[in-house]
Amino acid sequence: MKISFKLNGKAQTVDVDGKTPLLWVIRDMLHLKGTKFGCGKAACGACTIHVNGDAVRSCSYATKFAEGKEITTIEGLSPSEDQLHPVQQAWIEEIVPQCGYCQPGFMMATAALLNKNPNPTDEDIDKSIINICRCATYYRMRKAIHRAAKLTQASLPATATDQTAEQIENTH
Amino acid sequence: MKKTYLFTQFIFLFILVMTVAFSPASTESTETVVTEHSVSTQNIDSQEKQASLAAFDEMMKVVMHKRCMNCHPSDDFPRQGEDSHLHYFGIERGKDGHGLPAAKCGTCHQTENNDYSGVPGAPHWHLAPRSMGWQGLSKAEVGAAILDKSKNGGRSLEDIIKHMTEDPLVLWVFDPGVNHEGTPREAPPISKEDYIKAVKKWAETGAHLPE
Ligand code: FES
Ligand code: FES
Repeated sequence: MKISFKLNGKAQTVDVDGKTPLLWVIRDMLHLKGTKFGCGKAACGACTIHVNGDAVRSCSYATKFAEGKEITTIEGLSPSEDQLHPVQQAWIEEIVPQCGYCQPGFMMATAALLNKNPNPTDEDIDKSIINICRCATYYRMRKAIHRAAKLTQASLPATATDQTAEQIENTH
Repeated sequence: MKKTYLFTQFIFLFILVMTVAFSPASTESTETVVTEHSVSTQNIDSQEKQASLAAFDEMMKVVMHKRCMNCHPSDDFPRQGEDSHLHYFGIERGKDGHGLPAAKCGTCHQTENNDYSGVPGAPHWHLAPRSMGWQGLSKAEVGAAILDKSKNGGRSLEDIIKHMTEDPLVLWVFDPGVNHEGTPREAPPISKEDYIKAVKKWAETGAHLPE
């Protein structure tokens, strides 16, 4: 079946069995290799992408559900090639990756978390970022997530920053 | 004189007849008829109640099954699997029963079962509200919660029947797909058709609950 969606801002149409995991389509048909296969069981989070801004595990997402949706992978996380997303910037500053295999999934999950909760506590991080890192980089990741939250707020225009600060205020 | 005598006799007889006609014995016989009537009404009522309770037992074979109970926890953590263990990864209900940001139900569960990953799915996959937490309750207590508008989201009996017999998330339990190892999940012990029939029968016969 033909399925059309936007991938990292670009229109795409693929012709596949609708039940094919979107991860296969992204990696093997559209050749974006940043999204990783870890378990294929929606358990590890290595394959995390965004579907309309929400974190989704693409190994467990039938491609037919992508019809008409905005899909973002790690390759499309930053607004342009020469500008890093705050999560990417924080990851570099805190030197998070070890082998690196799980990291795109963690970064996508973190970006989705910060969209909903711009200033997460340690507890929020523990509860929402539930991907698996075999190298156990969790400690550096936690620092990077707090750093990314600060960078995100600093990068927002003044009025948006005020609004975010207000939102944060209201949630405490 | 004779006329006066006859008139007196007539009055006497009249009083006698009226006294007999409205005597307690006569009232008793009217009451007997009424009592017989209520006995037969009571019989019908009790037959209907029995039918309702039988239908309730039948439908509860589904409602109390792990496929339903796993997402009706009495705390904030979904269960999973045939042994109803706590959902892996520390998944929580969140504000609206749809999980937490970046760890929402929809992060892994879509609108249908996924046979590749073994992740179950159905439309609006989410946890039942805390007020509809059934774990640890008896069948009768679960039945009472189902009927209690303060717990069931303000649903009337009609709304409840519609929800129980038409909501695709409820009916998912009859087609629960395979698990992560490709093993079919256990479905409830009666068919979807028998369950729907039992729910409707329960409602039609007065939605009685066991005491
Ligand atoms: S590969 Fe998708 S969650 Fe592990
Ligand atoms: S950095 Fe190696 S698995 Fe996470």
